[in-house]
Amino acid sequence: MTDPILDPVRFIDERTAAAPLLRKSMRYLFPDHWSFLLGEVALYSFIVLIATGIYLALFFDPSTAKTVYHGPYAPLDGQTMSEAYKSVVNISLSYKAGLLMRQTHHWAADVFMASIVVHLMRVFFTGAYRRPRELTWLVGLTLLFTALLEGYLGYSLVDDLLSGMGLQIGYGVGLSLPLIGGPAMLGIFGAPFPGTAQFWSRMYIVHVLLIPLLLATLIGVHLALVAARHHTQFRESPRHTNRRLIGVPMFPAQIPRSLALMFFVVAILFLLGGLVQINPIWQWGPFEPWLATNGAQPDWYLGWLIGALRLMPSFDVTIGHFTVIPNPFWGGVLFPLVVVGVLAGFPWIERRLTGDRSVHNLADRPRDAPNRTAFGVAFLSWVFLIFAFGAADRIFVLIGLSYDTQLYLFRIGIWIVPIILFFVVRRVCRELARSDEIEVQRERAEHEARAHEQALARTGATPDS
Amino acid sequence: MKLWRWLVAIVTLIFGRFLRRRPRAGGEADDRQRIVPAGTPERRAENVVLLLLGLAVLWALGFVVTYAEWSPSRLPNELLGICLGMSLACIGGALTVIAKRLVVTEELEDEYPQQHPEQQQEIVEIVHESGSRITRKRLMLGVGAAAGGALGLAALTPVLSLGPFWDTAPLDKTPWRRGVRLVDENDSPIAASSIEHASFYYAFAEGVDPEIIASDLIVLRLDPSKLELPAARAGWAPEGILAFSKICTHAGCAIDLYRNPKFPVLEPHPALVCPCHYSTFDPFTGGTVIYGPAGRPLPQLPLMIDDAGYLRAAGNFSARVGPSWWNVRERPTT
Repeated sequence: MTDPILDPVRFIDERTAAAPLLRKSMRYLFPDHWSFLLGEVALYSFIVLIATGIYLALFFDPSTAKTVYHGPYAPLDGQTMSEAYKSVVNISLSYKAGLLMRQTHHWAADVFMASIVVHLMRVFFTGAYRRPRELTWLVGLTLLFTALLEGYLGYSLVDDLLSGMGLQIGYGVGLSLPLIGGPAMLGIFGAPFPGTAQFWSRMYIVHVLLIPLLLATLIGVHLALVAARHHTQFRESPRHTNRRLIGVPMFPAQIPRSLALMFFVVAILFLLGGLVQINPIWQWGPFEPWLATNGAQPDWYLGWLIGALRLMPSFDVTIGHFTVIPNPFWGGVLFPLVVVGVLAGFPWIERRLTGDRSVHNLADRPRDAPNRTAFGVAFLSWVFLIFAFGAADRIFVLIGLSYDTQLYLFRIGIWIVPIILFFVVRRVCRELARSDEIEVQRERAEHEARAHEQALARTGATPDS
Repeated sequence: MKLWRWLVAIVTLIFGRFLRRRPRAGGEADDRQRIVPAGTPERRAENVVLLLLGLAVLWALGFVVTYAEWSPSRLPNELLGICLGMSLACIGGALTVIAKRLVVTEELEDEYPQQHPEQQQEIVEIVHESGSRITRKRLMLGVGAAAGGALGLAALTPVLSLGPFWDTAPLDKTPWRRGVRLVDENDSPIAASSIEHASFYYAFAEGVDPEIIASDLIVLRLDPSKLELPAARAGWAPEGILAFSKICTHAGCAIDLYRNPKFPVLEPHPALVCPCHYSTFDPFTGGTVIYGPAGRPLPQLPLMIDDAGYLRAAGNFSARVGPSWWNVRERPTT
């Protein structure tokens, strides 16, 4: 009797000639470090997003046509609203398991973004973006900002009061693009805000097809690039070198680990979706352009933009009758462009500054590169403080510090704090690196001393030989 | 009788396989060199895996039962999430035990992939040699690029159908001109006498879709003696009733807060506030920015009271409505 596994393997190899590839990939090596799992969390969140998103698409109606709600949620009974909003209220409150899917979808989006950002920090602070992995870094950044747009479109589609306000701000920021803002927004929306009926079809196809396809492609390219160059590894032992990779094979060691992570991520997302309420849109009510509400906050990954918009002092740059740079441009366009630009250009900026052009398969510990770590922390704190100011109205409600006081504190703080942090962190890194060095020297000294003692003992045992 | 024989046959077959297999698995592996190193069996870990997978089955069935049992109004969303989440978590736990205890964990070495200078060189040679019959390479490339670019341009042209693009007039259009009546959310005209102090009112142009943002107004009544409107706006606020565009000049949100003095130093009297980025406008001086990021004043609409006592527009806005853009400082068009 032949081995039962051999039959399918033979079948596949005969038809695809893939046995050598399969054999090789089974023993593809993964360096072992917990922080390498962050990207996988993003991948599995994406799978949940696709699965729950397909379910939601079976019920969602991307139409702004007016309708009257009659359903189990009494406070909205008899209200006029868009078909889009009504269908999401129905998904949430009328269909079995609809709310579970919707909340899980929303949670998965938040976790997807969060894990990408944390993954990015890991890659940054370990210098894993360096040659030969600059392309992987750029593809990852493109992924991040495409995902950001995808999330924004996702919650804008619902057409509740909060999402409508977000869309209105997006329209305002779009108009602020110098010179082309007006024509660009008229093109995208089809008419001045809230746009034509087709605008909803446009958002819908972009959210459920175009960007997901793009994301899936980018994820594929990102993973292919990672596989082509292998993961970086830490210098855990003298055996870990720039040329020699040490890790566990994909099969059998890595597969159950990674699958376990997948099941846990999916489990947590469904538990969150079931147990922790997120964006209860039936409470916000339908959107109308003349309505707004106080204390409105976007999903977390847009907080940095709302913070930047709020921090800007009031001025439009004008020449005669022309508004060259409307105010929202600074916070809504320039600020994210600067962040993207710095991140995207960083591998080359660092190369220029350090003159280090060599191939790096060994990841740095943050302390090993004090300047990079200090810059990273400073840059991050700059973005984070602007992000935090986006919640200034909530901070006021929480601790009573007036919005106005916070405004001036933050306007100064976002420049001072990063500078201070830069020097503090650089110092800490250098001290840590030095203490490591001392540790190594002490060990070497002890080792020599021991060797010397042993040599003495040996000579003592065999005198005059 | 026949059935009984079948059962015996099946049982013998199953047990026969088990009995035959065990010694064979051990014996054969030992004479050949293994690829994956051997380890000792861990029956306790196996038990845990089996238990967890069994629990996953139960939780998953629990989801199906939960889904089927209750009517939509009584369906506990939490229970659905718990069932599905726990089933997934049990499988995750089983896989963790497999990864940590049952699967052979080997640390292997491999070379990081290096460059391939020879192939790189060969690629260059192949490209060069393939084109050796072409004499005017530069020209060919240039004209080829032009063809590609022109075709790309042609392919993108239909995008222009998306919206008016070059004709930006719709951005500036307002439905307001002298005599247009103000109506409330139920399309009823608004009597001047119904506008009270210390409150604000929504108003729209009569007979116009309220979703056209240039139609949306915020109306309020202030003490006429305290108004400091620009001289050109004399008579714009009969009885101290003022109307402003509802759309913030910063990023386009609706002005939806009417604030009593909070920071007395900065704002000596009530102000209109946009809740998105806290742009704050002074209605007494005709909508000037006193706080927040907005770069230009809130457009004011001149009002009049008709013979029946209803509010009507006395003209168009003082400025164009909506967030700032290139042409926003031109005079508004009707």
